[in-house]
Amino acid sequence: MSGLTFTARRRLRSAPLYVIVWAIGVVMVTPLLYAVVSGFKTTDQLSDNAFGPPSPWVVSNYTDILASGSFWRMLASSTLIAIGTTLLTVGAAALAAFALARFAFRGRELLFTLFTAGLMFPFAVAILPLFILLRTFGLLDNPWGVILPQAAFGLPMTLVVLRGFFREIPAEVEEAATLDGCSPFGFFWRILLPMARPALGTVCVLAVVGSWNNFLLPLLVFSEPGWWTIPVGVQQFQGQYAADIARVFAYLVLAMIPALGFYAVAERQLIGGITMGATKG
Amino acid sequence: MKTTPTRISDESPVSGPAGGPVEGPPRTFENRRPLAQRVRDWCTAFAFTVPALVLFGLFVLMPILYALYVSFFNWGGFGAPSDFTGADNYVRLLGDPVFLGDLWRGLLLVLMSVGVQLPFALAMAVLLNQKLRGRAFYRMLFFAPYVLSEVITGVLFSMIFSPDDGLADKVLGAIGLDHVGGLWFADQDWVLPTLFLVMMWKYFGFHMMLYLAGLQSVPDELHEAARIDGAGPWQRFRHITLPLLGPTIRISVFLSVIGAIQLFDLVWVVTQGGPDHHSETMAVTLFQFGFRRYQIGYASAISIAMFLISLVFALLYQRYVLRRDTEGAITTMRGAR
Repeated sequence: MSGLTFTARRRLRSAPLYVIVWAIGVVMVTPLLYAVVSGFKTTDQLSDNAFGPPSPWVVSNYTDILASGSFWRMLASSTLIAIGTTLLTVGAAALAAFALARFAFRGRELLFTLFTAGLMFPFAVAILPLFILLRTFGLLDNPWGVILPQAAFGLPMTLVVLRGFFREIPAEVEEAATLDGCSPFGFFWRILLPMARPALGTVCVLAVVGSWNNFLLPLLVFSEPGWWTIPVGVQQFQGQYAADIARVFAYLVLAMIPALGFYAVAERQLIGGITMGATKG
Repeated sequence: MKTTPTRISDESPVSGPAGGPVEGPPRTFENRRPLAQRVRDWCTAFAFTVPALVLFGLFVLMPILYALYVSFFNWGGFGAPSDFTGADNYVRLLGDPVFLGDLWRGLLLVLMSVGVQLPFALAMAVLLNQKLRGRAFYRMLFFAPYVLSEVITGVLFSMIFSPDDGLADKVLGAIGLDHVGGLWFADQDWVLPTLFLVMMWKYFGFHMMLYLAGLQSVPDELHEAARIDGAGPWQRFRHITLPLLGPTIRISVFLSVIGAIQLFDLVWVVTQGGPDHHSETMAVTLFQFGFRRYQIGYASAISIAMFLISLVFALLYQRYVLRRDTEGAITTMRGAR
């Protein structure tokens, strides 16, 4: 059998696979594309002409939203809350992961088990008492009221990933550092953290995505629009403009862009993170 | 999932398990250290865990304990709970058709996920693990909805499945299938399957990525050897890929059950549990009682029930399903590096 017919046969055999993958790709992409195109129509156009391209193209849906301060304010508050949550989660988890990975002390595994048990507590379980707690502390309508609980619920996953990584750094490195007069914190800060940069990148990306998409907590904590995050804003916008569907589509598209852009940039860390978290947790 | 004994410092002086990480400083050294130094070590280690412990204790453990306490009261949420009613809230819970319905719908979602979504994700993973042109693009595309929030996904699909003028009905109308679907989220019988479709759109890529990672640890040599022995593609999948993916599949089942137990955002944005509770989940019921009707005691009982269900499920699952993976999962992960 010559090489050519072999390749040709293989091509032919894999043709149905291409068709399947392509068809599923179309199903996946259609809702997103439909939203983008619909954002360029008026709502009247949308009901008369659902499939065709907009005629004429209307950009005011998009530009109106971009010209309003509220969209940018939500973007800023989502960003700020995501950064705060990430710093706090990763900072606290890294310190604890260091102790749980590099020290041998009584009760260590018990402590670790306690933290990992947090992996199975659904956020919703604690939301009610959490709300009462935040009210008691005066943290309602305050970004810390979202940042602190998010950081606490992000700890288990971050801890599991970081501890796994810290354990793989050879003991010789630590001994050498200690002999050179490094304190435990000095070793952690100047040697361990720089060595763990890939793992830190991964857990940071996970924390950002988790915070960015959280809905329940900011919905409850922020009664005033001043601190609304993007998911809360999207829900409110839909309620407000229920009759003007095209405008809601435009809003959705703009709200998606930061998340999809972040995914494009941090794809490797994100996918590495979810698979690592799942296999090590 | 850890099996390491707690009292590490008293073990015989051996280094870590063959090829495995050495835990802390070498143990020979550890055993000879004086008590004072060990106490100092303990204090250092403890100091490092303080921030995490405070956060975790204040915002995870305390709320759950507080919910347990409040669940024994009839309480509107203001002032201190005083109307102690014992187990009344729990008795009411067990006779509440909405809550029992939540359990049933949760079970349906899990069954649909395990029966449809996960096999589909696995098939896609196997497909995209082959040398197809553009497979990197398809992987990225299929995973992309995972990064969108459930709120955005929910609003998007509530408009796509909007009766008559939504995309779904227009497409079905254009190909002459007007009788299919129709009211979608507004129909008592269609709402749950439609929600499941949306969940699948959003989450199958996540499970596919897990499977793709698992497939990396299936050695090509095994497939090669089986092919030489005359095994067809299905036989190779059934007897090589599937068993070796076992640990990954069990984790992904676990994650989709936990996901179904806590499902909230999507349902809240799309239907708020309606029509007539037909898409309500435990978390939605909890929200309705806690933040709409201010029956905090009863809502707390729901959250404790959710907690217990998650806990019992997680413990049983670890005890009977995941236990056998501990050894295998670790060795395959080592082999993959």
